[in-house]
Amino acid sequence: MKGHVLAIVMFVVLVVLVAAGTVHSARFTPARTPESAVRSLFEKVKSNDLAGAYTYVSPSANVDQQTFTKDINGRDGSLRTYSKIESVETKVLRSDDNQATVRATTKWSTAVGPMFDTRDLKVAKEGSDWKVLWESEKQANLPPQVIPVNYLRWDIIRRGADEDWGAQNVESPRIRILSMNAVEKDGSVVIMGEVRNEDTVPGFVSVGATLLGKDGKTLGEETSFDKVSHTLLPSEISPYRIDFPKTKLSDVQSVRMQPASLLIPASADPVIGVLHQRLEKDASGRTVLRGELVNQSGQTVNIPHVLATYYDDAGRVIWVSDAYSDKALLPQTPVPFSVDVRDDLAANVHSYRVTVNQYSIDRVQ
Amino acid sequence: MRAPVILTLLLALGGLAAAADLPAPQNVVAGNAVSIPTSGSGSATLYLVGPGHVAKREVKLGEPIELKAEELRVAGRYTVLLSSGEQASFFVTPAKPGEIAFLARPSRVPTAKPGVISGVAFVFDGFRNLVLQPTAVKFELSVQGTNASQTVETKNGIAWTRMNSASKEGAAQFVASVGEVKVNRVVQQTAGEPCNLSMRVAQRTEKGIVVETAPIRDCSGNAVPDGTIVTFSLLDAKGRRTTVDSRIKKGFARAELPNDQGTLSVAAGVVMGNELQVGGGGQ
Repeated sequence: MKGHVLAIVMFVVLVVLVAAGTVHSARFTPARTPESAVRSLFEKVKSNDLAGAYTYVSPSANVDQQTFTKDINGRDGSLRTYSKIESVETKVLRSDDNQATVRATTKWSTAVGPMFDTRDLKVAKEGSDWKVLWESEKQANLPPQVIPVNYLRWDIIRRGADEDWGAQNVESPRIRILSMNAVEKDGSVVIMGEVRNEDTVPGFVSVGATLLGKDGKTLGEETSFDKVSHTLLPSEISPYRIDFPKTKLSDVQSVRMQPASLLIPASADPVIGVLHQRLEKDASGRTVLRGELVNQSGQTVNIPHVLATYYDDAGRVIWVSDAYSDKALLPQTPVPFSVDVRDDLAANVHSYRVTVNQYSIDRVQ
Repeated sequence: MRAPVILTLLLALGGLAAAADLPAPQNVVAGNAVSIPTSGSGSATLYLVGPGHVAKREVKLGEPIELKAEELRVAGRYTVLLSSGEQASFFVTPAKPGEIAFLARPSRVPTAKPGVISGVAFVFDGFRNLVLQPTAVKFELSVQGTNASQTVETKNGIAWTRMNSASKEGAAQFVASVGEVKVNRVVQQTAGEPCNLSMRVAQRTEKGIVVETAPIRDCSGNAVPDGTIVTFSLLDAKGRRTTVDSRIKKGFARAELPNDQGTLSVAAGVVMGNELQVGGGGQ
């Protein structure tokens, strides 16, 4: 009998808690200021309450909930679909009695590390409340079409285990480090340069480095993890950057480079164009490299990764930076990108080169 | 367990009692049977100890000992011992060349490079014995009508060579031969850097322009392999740069660029092509 009473009590407590949670998530707290409207919207996103977040979107924005959800959660298997909002900072840029502009800087945890997104949102007063005039990111609907592709792909047949000794095998591609430069930045030694696939077959390339101290001992060993294009097609050049945190350049006697290549199956598609590259200042006054990416093939690129190499007037690589785009590259549809440039180096940048890595969910190789 | 002990003792005794020797056979070639005459009467136990074979059997003294061909396949020193105390040692030499292990490097090589192809041949007989006698090995390299050959004599069973790659691309047949025995390897000769790279505007649309190169060849006229990166760059009037890393497909590269006014250039690696002025009514 005692057990039954306890079970009933537990059930009632559970129902109350569920109800309390439901009531809490559905509760709408009107925003009395433009900043609180924006902040409340993103706080709801942070707690995975997208329906609640949508209550802060003004009906006059003409954005339905489904579109709003896609704007927030991402689409087409993009990096945003693997992301979660971590924090939001807001700042009122302009405000009057009925309208305001609020800058929202959101920090997202993604599969490739934290990402920051800055958006200037318009907020309007509706009655006594403020609501966000959410501008949906318009995505052009391409007409149905067939994009012909001269399919170019490399497959590999290796020798079998039962073949004679001395029988030939296909060799790994020849790669060469074209340049190497070592600098110290923010308490880290940074090794950077370029590597080229000098062969006629594609290769999976990695670049490692070992720092040797003045006594000949190893100070550290690191590889260029995502600051390199790992898959290099014939004659393709990739920048690389290897960071050694908490190391001083003055302690380094020499650097031993370890390029490695592996023959892999690969495809020559998709081709991604990098349009309208330019160095400019962003809203906060920092130097950035901007442009647009256009996927010239017919397949979706889910996660594009931009690598930028900066050269001085002697043609030396002085910095390598990268950025992921949290939007998927649909065929023929430009997507903007922005890569940081070190402000202390901006004046020395004589030229730059942008390459694009890509990850596609449906890609076989 | 007892047999090795007895065998060891017999070998030791055989070494001490050097007086009772069987007539050792001369010029024994691997894979050939041998007959060794014996004297006396009665029976004895035969022990045959070779580099690849050990045997024990009863033999009749006064009759020749028959060593079968399959017992003498491995080249090297053999010892025949009889329990009566007689013994003989002889060498089995490799048979005539019957097999070549041929290492050809690399499997891909650019055209017209001196000394980049290496070949090493290990000459064996039909029983996998390394043929140590000096043997002439002919190395031949041929691709698309070009042919080069060298004959090298083996040293300790090995012959090697270095050869130049031909000026023609293609699958070069690299052959090592000794008499009738031949082994074939393929060395893919690939075109070098592009030469005389040029492009033209192939198409104009509202969205942009399509540019394509002429068929891309190296300075010897070989087609540069498909997949090689060709970079098209457009520097517009506002100083903005557009780049497309295109790939050679079916001999030429093609890219779509925005319809901006500016200077269009093309490059493949360190090789620059022509420049075009595009947009604004000009080309």
